[in-house]
Amino acid sequence: MAKRKSDFGTLYKGSPGQWSWLAHRITGLAVILFLFAHVVDTAVVGWGPEAYNRVVDVYHNWVVKLMELGLVAAVLYHAINGTKIMLFDFWPSTTRYMKGLSLASTGLFLLAMLPITWIMGESILNSAGIL
Amino acid sequence: MAVQAREHAPAAPEGRAPSAYAGSRDRPAGGFELWSWLFMRISGLVLLVLAVGHVLIMHVLDEGVDRVDFGFVAARWGSPFWRTWDWALLVLALIHGINGLRVIVQDYVRWPGARLAVNMAFYVIGFVLFVLGTVVVFTFDPNAWPAVT
Repeated sequence: MAKRKSDFGTLYKGSPGQWSWLAHRITGLAVILFLFAHVVDTAVVGWGPEAYNRVVDVYHNWVVKLMELGLVAAVLYHAINGTKIMLFDFWPSTTRYMKGLSLASTGLFLLAMLPITWIMGESILNSAGIL
Repeated sequence: MAVQAREHAPAAPEGRAPSAYAGSRDRPAGGFELWSWLFMRISGLVLLVLAVGHVLIMHVLDEGVDRVDFGFVAARWGSPFWRTWDWALLVLALIHGINGLRVIVQDYVRWPGARLAVNMAFYVIGFVLFVLGTVVVFTFDPNAWPAVT
């Protein structure tokens, strides 16, 4: 059977957009679900220092800090990819450079994650008692 | 609906405005979905500053979350600037996120009754969190616990 090609390449729906679409969805979903919990944990500040400090102590656990690194990555990816979407949608002629801009935005995200992972990683290892 | 033969530039789906360039994306043709489309982009632009700034300040720079405790929040919310920042972030992130959930639900929950139920659940959660967050941001008074601050 001959290999069938879609309008955008050989993969199913396959352009870089298929993967960034999925990643945008997953990161957005993760962030809003975290926000639901985060509004509640921050609201505990209204119940005084004893209650709030006990709640916020959860964030000082190294496993939670690992998830926190994931949260920062999710927000950053969603922000950078969202900027790319706005660029394409408000200036459609830029879609001619879709591949290059997708590569550039992914590169920018990975580049930003390098120092962030370094800084937060140190804090994670500290909390885990390794450093 | 019959399967459409695809040309090089696919025709815009029903209710979507055709785009000018072959590779560009369609947007809603009008009504609520167009406002939603526009809101996601405008609020996204503002959240670029509010949310990314918040995440960098609270989670990455200057000891990150290690330094966050009651005293930290009390000092931070001593400034109306940060109270306003946090409240704007709360409102925009909730609406942006819950509208995003609505779009996802549209794709995966096909039965209208279930779709309405799931969406209503998110709207109720969103409204309750909006009220809770707003009350706390604007009524928080650390002087109620003078021993700590």
